[in-house]
Amino acid sequence: MKQEITLKQESQKLNVMKPITEFFKLKFGKVNFLKGFKKTGITILSILLFLGFWHLGSKSLYNKEADYKIEKALTEQGQAAADAERACIASGESGCQPNTLPSPTQVWASLQSLIADHYIIKQKKDAFATKMEATNQKLIANGKDAIVYTGRASFIDTVLTSIKTVFAGFLLALLIAVPIGIIIGLSPTLRSAFNWFIQIFKPVSPVVWYLLVFMIVKTIYIGKSSDNAFVISFISVGLCAMWATLVNTAMGVASVDKDYINVAKVLKLGTFQKVFKVILPSSLPLIFTGLRITLSVAWMVLIAIELLAQSPGLGLFVWEEFQNGANDSNSKIIVAMFVIGIIGFLLDRLMLMVQQMVSFNKNEGI
Amino acid sequence: MSTSTINTTNTYSENGILYPSKVMLDLKDLKKVYPTPKGDYVVLENLNLQIMEEEFVTIIGHSGCGKTTMLSMIAGLNPISGGNIAILGNPVKGPGPDRGVIFQSPSLMPWMTALQNVLLGVNQVFPHATKTQRTDIAKYYLHKVGLDGAFDKKATELSQGMQQRVGIARAFAIKPKVLLLDEPFGMLDSLTRGELQDILIEIWNKEKITAVMITHDVDEAIFLADRVVMMTSGPKAKIGDVLNIDFERPRTRKSVLDHPDYYTYRKHLIDFLEH
Ligand SMILES: Nc1ncnc2c1ncn2[C@@H]1O[C@H](COP(=O)(O)OP(=O)(O)O)[C@@H](O)[C@H]1O
Ligand SMILES: [Mg+2]
Repeated sequence: MKQEITLKQESQKLNVMKPITEFFKLKFGKVNFLKGFKKTGITILSILLFLGFWHLGSKSLYNKEADYKIEKALTEQGQAAADAERACIASGESGCQPNTLPSPTQVWASLQSLIADHYIIKQKKDAFATKMEATNQKLIANGKDAIVYTGRASFIDTVLTSIKTVFAGFLLALLIAVPIGIIIGLSPTLRSAFNWFIQIFKPVSPVVWYLLVFMIVKTIYIGKSSDNAFVISFISVGLCAMWATLVNTAMGVASVDKDYINVAKVLKLGTFQKVFKVILPSSLPLIFTGLRITLSVAWMVLIAIELLAQSPGLGLFVWEEFQNGANDSNSKIIVAMFVIGIIGFLLDRLMLMVQQMVSFNKNEGI
Repeated sequence: MSTSTINTTNTYSENGILYPSKVMLDLKDLKKVYPTPKGDYVVLENLNLQIMEEEFVTIIGHSGCGKTTMLSMIAGLNPISGGNIAILGNPVKGPGPDRGVIFQSPSLMPWMTALQNVLLGVNQVFPHATKTQRTDIAKYYLHKVGLDGAFDKKATELSQGMQQRVGIARAFAIKPKVLLLDEPFGMLDSLTRGELQDILIEIWNKEKITAVMITHDVDEAIFLADRVVMMTSGPKAKIGDVLNIDFERPRTRKSVLDHPDYYTYRKHLIDFLEH
C-alpha cells in the first residue's frame, strides 16, 4: 500500500516535471545540437592541445639552442662573453636570438606583419600608378608597353599568384585529360595502345615535368622579353596533375553499367546520343572524382614547381624566406605552411561540393 | 487441359492448326557456346521454339539453364553460335527497337527523370513526331503504369517497384513487335509483384504484342501466359515441355485461382521442375 502511494507521488512529480523537460527539449534538446556542440568542442580542444604541444616543443628547442650558444661563448671566449650572450638573448635583441622552430605567438606576429606589409606595398603600388598614369597613357598612345610596378610582391600577392597558377594548371589538365580520357575509354584498342604511355608518365615527378616544360617553353619564347615563369609553372602543374583525371575518365567511360549500354543498344541510339546521353552522364561521378584528385595534386606540386620556375608564388616565397635566414624567416615559413594547408583544404571542399552536385547517387564521395 | 511439345516448324505446317504467316518468332536449331578457360561450354543446343503473333509465352527452367542467354540472343544482344532466330521470317542481326526489353533490374538512367527515361526511346523511334506528340506518348504510358504524379521524379527517387513501372512504360512506348522480359519482377516483394503483373497484363491486353517472359514463379507463369515453355537443365539445354494455358482472357487473379484446371497446370509445372 505504501509503495503504491510513493509510486503515485513519483509519477505526479514526473508529471509536474514534464512541461519543464519539454521546454528544455525544445530549447536545447535537439540531439543534433548537442552532438554538433560536442564535435566543435572536441575540435577546439584538439587545436588548443596542438598549440600547447607546439609551444612547449618550440620552447625546449629554443632553450637548447640558447644553452648551446652560451656554452660555446663560455668555452671559446670565457665567462664575460658568456654573460654578455645570456643577457643579449634575454633582452630579446634580434641579432643573438636562437634560430629554431618558432613558437605559435611568433608565427601569429609574423602573419600580422605580413598583412601589414601587404598594405604598405599596396600603397606604394597605388602611388606609383598615379605617378605614372600620365606617362603610361602617353606610352600606350604611342603604341608602347606601359611601365608597371616591379617592386617586391607582398605575401598576399604571392598567394593570389599561386591560386591563379593552380587554376590555370587545373584548367589545362581538364582540357587535356577529359577529352583524351573519353576517347581512350570508348575504344579498347586505343586503351591498350595508350596504356604504356599512361603507366610510364603517371609516376614522373613534378621536378622532371618542370624541366621538360622548361626546355620546350624556353625555346618557344626565345628572343621574346616577356616573362615565361607563369606559363612554365602552370603547364608543368597541369601536366603533372592531369593523370588522375585521365585515368578516371577513361575508367568511367569504359566501365559504364552494362545494363545502360544494353538499353542504348536496344533503342539503337546513335553514337552521339549514346556518348552524350548515356556514357558521359554515367561516368560524370568518376570524372569528377578524378578532377578532385587532380586539383589537390596540382596544389601540392605547385609549391615545388614555383620554386624551380622562380614564379612569384608561395613556393618561391617559402624558398626565399629559407635562403634569407632573417630572424622572422622561420615563422613566415610556418605562416606559409598553414596558408598552403588551409587553401588546399578549401579547394578540396569546393571540388567535393561540385562532385556531389553532379553525382546522381548522393551517397557517393566522402 | 492440353499440352503439346513443339520441336520443329513442321509441327505447325503439317497439322495445319497454325499458319507460318502467324509465326512471330522462330528459333531453329539454336545453339549457344560460351568459350571458357576449361574449354567450350555448350549452354543451348538444338533449341526449337516458335512463338505466334500476339502470344504471351512464359519460360521457366532451373537457374543457370540458359534462359537469359536465349532471351538475349532474341534481343540481339548476344551472338548466336548456331542455328537461327527469325522475326516474321527475317533473321535477327542485332538489337533493335522492334524488340523491347525489360531487364531484371529496371536499368533506368539514374540521372534522368521518369519521363526522360521513357522519352529516350520514344525520341529514337518516332524521330518525325513533334516534341509534344512524343511527350504525349511517353506520358500516356507512364499514366498507364500508374505513375501520373512521378513524371519529373529522378529515377533514383523512385522505389524499385516504381522504377520497374517506368521500365514497362519505356518498353511499351517504343511500340515493339515483341516484348522480351527477363524475370522483370524477380527482385520485388510479392505484393508489388502482383500489382505489376496486373499492370503488365492490362497494357498487354490492350496492345496485344507478342511477349516472351522468363520467370521463376510458377503462379506468375500460369497467370500471364498462353503457353508455358519449360526448359531442360543445362548444359545443352533445350525445350523440355510446353503447357498450353486455356484460361480465357481477360483474366483476373481470382478467376484463375478458382479455375478447376489451375492446380493441374501447377502440378504439371512443378513436376517438370522437380524431375
Ligand atoms: N558471358 C558468359 N560467359 C560464359 N558463361 C556464361 C556467360 N553468360 C552465362 N554463362 C553461363 O551460361 C549458363 C546459362 O546462363 P543464363 O543464361 O544466365 O542462365 P539463366 O538465365 O537460365 O539462369 C550459366 O551456367 C552461366 O554460368
Ligand atoms: Mg537469368
